[in-house]
Formats: sequence, C-alpha cells, structure tokens
Amino acid sequence: MKMVVVAGTPGSGKTSVLMHAVKDLKRSGHRPALAKIDCMWTEDDIRFKRLDVPVAVGLSRDMCPDHYAIYNMDEMLQWAKAQGADILLNETAGLCLRCAPYPDKGLAVCVIDVTAGPNSPLKVGPLLTTADAVVMTKGDLVSQAEREVFRERILEANPRCRIIEANGLTGKGSGELADLIRTWPDIDGEMVLRHNPPLAICTLCTGELRVSKERHRGVLRHLDGFMEYRGE
Amino acid sequence: MNQNRNQTMKPLTLTILGGVDKDGLPDAIDKIEIGRGEIIGIVGPTGSGKSTLIADVEQFAQGDTPSGRRILINGVPPEPQLRSDPRKKLVAQLSQNMHFLADMSVCDFLRMHAKSRGKDNALPEKVIMLANTLTGEPIDPKHQLTILSGGQSRALMVADIAVISDSPIVLIDEIENAGIKKQEALRLLSGEGKIVVVVTHDPMLALMASRRIVMKNGGMTKVISTSTEEHQIFQDIERVDSWLTSLRETIRQGEVVA
Repeated sequence: MKMVVVAGTPGSGKTSVLMHAVKDLKRSGHRPALAKIDCMWTEDDIRFKRLDVPVAVGLSRDMCPDHYAIYNMDEMLQWAKAQGADILLNETAGLCLRCAPYPDKGLAVCVIDVTAGPNSPLKVGPLLTTADAVVMTKGDLVSQAEREVFRERILEANPRCRIIEANGLTGKGSGELADLIRTWPDIDGEMVLRHNPPLAICTLCTGELRVSKERHRGVLRHLDGFMEYRGE
Repeated sequence: MNQNRNQTMKPLTLTILGGVDKDGLPDAIDKIEIGRGEIIGIVGPTGSGKSTLIADVEQFAQGDTPSGRRILINGVPPEPQLRSDPRKKLVAQLSQNMHFLADMSVCDFLRMHAKSRGKDNALPEKVIMLANTLTGEPIDPKHQLTILSGGQSRALMVADIAVISDSPIVLIDEIENAGIKKQEALRLLSGEGKIVVVVTHDPMLALMASRRIVMKNGGMTKVISTSTEEHQIFQDIERVDSWLTSLRETIRQGEVVA
C-alpha cells in the first residue's frame, strides 16, 4: 500500500489536481482510494465518486481537522485495504498552517496557489517546508516572470522539494504527480509525523469562550513573543 | 550583451507535432518545423485555441495536455529539466496577463527573477530603463508592482523578457492590446536568431511573420506563407501605422493635430 497526504490552503485546487491524478493512476492499472477530511461540510466526495473510486469522508466538526486526520490514519489505511485499493490518497482540510499532517513514510504533497503572492510560500510553514512535492496551481493567471519568482520562493523555503506546475482546469502537471506517486515506496511499520503539532493545548481547545488572557491556562504566548505557563 | 547571447544561444529548431481539436478530431497540420530567426504568427477567431497552442509550446507538451500535441527541440523530445527549471528554460513568454499580483517592489521582484534564472544581480536597473522607453509615465524601482498601470506592467514584462528571460524561443500573446509601442516591443523581443511565435489579430504583426498558423475550433487548420503581395501590403500598413502612431502621440501630449 502506498500513502499520499495532500495538504494546502483552502481553494488552492487540491481536489481538482487530485482528480486528474486519480484518472491517470487508474489508466495505469492502479486502484486508488480517497479519504477526504474536512471540518464542517464537503461535497468533494460527490466529485470523486464520479471517477468511480472508493471515497470516504471524515468531518472533524469541532476538532482540529489535522489532528483528526493524524490519529485516524490507521483507520483510513484499513478502510482502503478493505476496498481492495493499493494507494490511499488522503486530502486534508488545510487550515491553520501550523501543523503539517505528513507521516514520514507517505508521499507528502503541498498544493499552493500562485495568485496568493510570492510571500505565501514563506507563510504556510511546515505544510510546505516538510513536503516532498509542492504543486503550484493557477500559474496561468500570472506572468511567466511571476511564476518563476514564486518558484524561487518555494525553493528558498524548501530547497529539497520537487516542484510541479499544475493546472486544475486542464489537468496540466497531474501526470507528473501521478508518476511520482507510482514510484513512491510502499509504507510499512510504524509511522511518525515529520513535524511536531502545536506546542500546547490551550483552554480554548477545551471549550473556553471568554476572551482575554486571565481566562486562559496553559502555555500562552504574548504578542511580543514572551511565553508564560499558567496553571498548576 | 551580443557576445553573451552568441554563447548561450545555440541555434535550434522547434517542431510542433499535431494533436486534436476541441472535438477530438486530429489537427489538419500534423507537423510544423520552425527554424532559427523565424517569426511565426498564430491567427484565428477568439476561442479558436491560439492561447492553448502557445501554452503547449511554453510547457513543451508531450501529449500530456488536452490538445495531445507534442513539442520537439532539434527533432527530439526535450529533457524534463528543460520543461521546468527556469535556469535551463529555452522559452520566454509574454502572456495576456496585464497585471502583476505579487506584493513586492519592482526592484525586489526583478532581482528575485534574475536569481531564479541564474542571472546577474545588476540586471534590474537595465530592465527598468528599457521598460521606460516603451511606456509613458516612467516606472520607479521603488514602486510596488501592484500599483503599476496596465501599460507600465506590460512594458516591464516586455523588458524583463528581453533582458532577464533572454531565451532562444519567445512566445507573445496579443501584444497589440497592451497600450505600449508594439513594433518596438516586438523588435526588442525578437533579438537576433530567436524563434518568435506571436498570437495576433493585428494585420501588421501577422504579416511581419514569414508564416502564420490558422486556428479553428482548437485545431491547427492550415499554414499560410506570407506572399510577395502580402509583403507589399505590409509596407503600406507600416506607413499607415506610423502615421497613426504619430497622431496618437500628438494627442497624448495634449497638442493639436495639424
């Protein structure tokens, strides 16, 4: 079984790029299964089902979707195996840019939208810096020079990554992504995350609604960067 | 500059192998070879697939784009690195995009672009100087890219291609609507020995090309060679165009046309 985790900012084109890659994988005789993780709502499962592949949806609701995806990884793999799949494609929700939901042995793919500007590769953090492949989308909306500057910025943030220029509308680049998936080694044994999740669980995570620091416990960081621990 | 060019630009041929049109029917033209120093036009109604054809060339399509076309360099499929690494890229492209989205200063942007192409850090000043010969109000290196006008952006893109992207194959998509001096821009872009592919609706630019590919419904339907008669017509158009340009300039400068 091969595993691919696809992360990226909302609206960057993760689903469209994946759909083209799925078609390509199926053409070459693979049996991909798709697990889509989102927060509140998704209709991506309907889009994926049109490709005639097994699709599972997980909604994290009031929990962090990346945390939810991480501790449900083995459940997703078991499900994919039961479907007779040989590749699990896991598309994440992509929200706070603090986590990177990539286990070490799977293929980690970050999808990023060129129109977000050349500073965005620096903003997305571990989602991009720990990825094996970075897929640049919507390049047709900017000039060649701007695409090349964007590419350079990605390499500054993650010098070892493979960059794929893709277009979710035409399918450009998805063949290259599918090739990379085909050649990626199978997963085996225990997997660990490539990057640590956020530093501490705060009182907000457990349901505190009131604002202001005096209402909160745990490790708190002030605007000036100072960190303190409040609690027992 | 010219010396540098001779070293980096080996003569090459560009081959377009036909694919399919929007209905999946094969291109009527199954092969076009374009040689060093040739300007070739792409013409056809809006939506006929001109930009798609130019995109096929830009990404060195290998049957992996919706058209199924394939691009050869010197008769063989190009190495994968030539398709993506800007330091090795053989193609410079001026697309229809009239604006920059990057929130950076002109100077920072150009410096970063020179770096991505593995070029000299001192080039940005040269680009701005050149851009300012094509546009009305001058561009300042400290300007944010996003505040440039359409004409200024376009002039900067042209100058950037001429200086930083300086590549043996140049693709131009509808330069005539850019609000800049189109002939001067084309002259700048089509440096010595380059292959220039230009999408155009403009009779003058179309007849400047030695051949033109005619597009319809996404397919390449025929290739027309510019005849001697057409070349004579081109010279007439050029006269009319330079007259129009001088009138336009007079009006722009707030003077009265005599």
